[in-house]
Amino acid sequence: MNHIALKMLMGDRGKYLGIIMGLTFASLIMTQQPAIFVGLMMRTFSFISDLGLPDIWVMDPKVQFVDDIKPLQDTKLYRVRGVAGVEWAMPLYKGLLKARLDDGTFQTCNVIGLDDATLIGGPPVMLEGKLEDLRRSDGVIVDIDGATDKLAKPPQTPGGSPVPLKIGDTLELNDNRAIVVGIAKTTKTFQSQPVIYTTYSRAVRYAPRERKMLSFVLVKAKPGQDIPALVRRIRETTGLAAYTQQEFKDLTMNYFLKNTGIPINFGISVTLGFVVGAAIAGQTFYNFTLENLRQFGVLKAMGTSNWTLLRMILLQAVLVGSVGYGLGVGLTALFGYSMRNTILAFKFPWQLLAFSGAGVTLICIFAALISIRKVIKLEPAIVFKG
Amino acid sequence: MNGQSTAAVRCQNVVKTYDTGGDKVVALGGINLEIHMGELMMLVGPSGCGKTTLISVIAGILDQDSGSCEVFGADLLHLRSGEKLKFRAQNIGFVFQAYNLLPSLNAVENVSIPLLINGVKRQAAERQAAQVLEQVGLGARGKSLPSQLSGGQQQRVAIARALVHDPRLIVCDEPTSALDHETGHNVMELLKQVALHRDRALVIVTHDSRIFGFADRIARMDDGHIEKVVDSAEDL
Repeated sequence: MNHIALKMLMGDRGKYLGIIMGLTFASLIMTQQPAIFVGLMMRTFSFISDLGLPDIWVMDPKVQFVDDIKPLQDTKLYRVRGVAGVEWAMPLYKGLLKARLDDGTFQTCNVIGLDDATLIGGPPVMLEGKLEDLRRSDGVIVDIDGATDKLAKPPQTPGGSPVPLKIGDTLELNDNRAIVVGIAKTTKTFQSQPVIYTTYSRAVRYAPRERKMLSFVLVKAKPGQDIPALVRRIRETTGLAAYTQQEFKDLTMNYFLKNTGIPINFGISVTLGFVVGAAIAGQTFYNFTLENLRQFGVLKAMGTSNWTLLRMILLQAVLVGSVGYGLGVGLTALFGYSMRNTILAFKFPWQLLAFSGAGVTLICIFAALISIRKVIKLEPAIVFKG
Repeated sequence: MNGQSTAAVRCQNVVKTYDTGGDKVVALGGINLEIHMGELMMLVGPSGCGKTTLISVIAGILDQDSGSCEVFGADLLHLRSGEKLKFRAQNIGFVFQAYNLLPSLNAVENVSIPLLINGVKRQAAERQAAQVLEQVGLGARGKSLPSQLSGGQQQRVAIARALVHDPRLIVCDEPTSALDHETGHNVMELLKQVALHRDRALVIVTHDSRIFGFADRIARMDDGHIEKVVDSAEDL
């Protein structure tokens, strides 16, 4: 009877497409919106991810997320280095500084100062130049997005495209000259500001003078060390906050989840997509069943059991659910692919497939249940009514 | 009558009432009727007299309130739901006024449905369905959808569907009322020719006096009762 169920479903093209469209829409919204949400959330800690080397991040206990800089005294670095189990501890400066561009405008940049000797904490991928070039006088490395967009030089001809920064170009950071010695690729951050890497000593020179300049201490544990135990030891010994890389990511993401309207906004979109999709698919599927009630009645009169009819309806629901889900997820993937080189945040982990799959399954179960109820209660004697 | 006296259907004091929002409407007020094997019995009477209710009870798709209705010795009221479904699937064929063919299935697929319900594999069912379509003169239209067939052809497909699983009782509800006189006559000829034989009974509900002549017996109903059972239309 399965082929009969499928032919009944696909025989009415209009209704069939209506159900598919409803489910596709629901699946698309339930996948695409969370994918943007996940992308945004992952950007909140992308800087931490890019700095893969350290095991532990040490900072002021009041720090709430990665961009919430509460500087430490430089001496704290030595206290951390003195904790048992620490292989090395390096300073890291992170701060927002204004760069003066060729056209006289200012652009806020995320300036990262790396340990002068080791350059630990550098960009993950160098596109042009080498990390060691930072040791050259006034050297800075600029991320490619900043170089081609916000830090780009004005067009050479009216109406032309901005000219990307290249090696050898100069910038002015807080009245200090900086020379571009490399172009790097970094993961986009939540605030989407250009990222400029330089040495720690140069970064603190660029920055307005303050008593405390050290943003973070990056720590590598000695081989075989129990990382959580070392984290506890650093906290106890120095009185500072210490987090493993994952803990710091979680701290940062939780801050954005709790203190911004992002989850609510996306939650509303996803809920709306689910409700609208459920309404469209549920009602169209129900209408489809209502219009085929006589046909179900004929099958019932001829001896088809409720169980068989139930299986037929479930099969129809599974088919439209699978097609709608596949199309929705496919469209989401296509959307993500077409936006890969834009500023849009988009991350499509497998968990989202499961999430939207569960959503579409719920919609199909709902649509099938209201239809099944009608068919189960159907009196086969309906077939003799004119 | 075709000379066979074994009872295919035996209704005794069958009562059925409908509750229409507080009012009880008596559809069948104590029906007594026997239909014999090999017999074509017509149920006639004005609209609302209970004809359709009676064939619904006989076909086992509606339960009476009281009385008994035995079909080939089985009292359908007392069969369990699954047994009743199986009984219907094996023993009863249906022909409806509006044909009730599934619009998205072609003729062969429509005819094969009763076989599929009885557990026959799809390929074998469709092979057998094609043979029965041949019998009703539609061998060449097996792949046609109902919408591509005329009313008469659709009713032939419906007759093929009613016959394909070789049921012992065929119930027909106004099989000719949607057809013109000639087509209706042809359909009745076909029914009598291919459907009726000594191991099978036919019950036809009809208003169409032009086909009364095909009946072996005619039961005239009115107001939920059988007024009389006659052998020919002239005696009505």
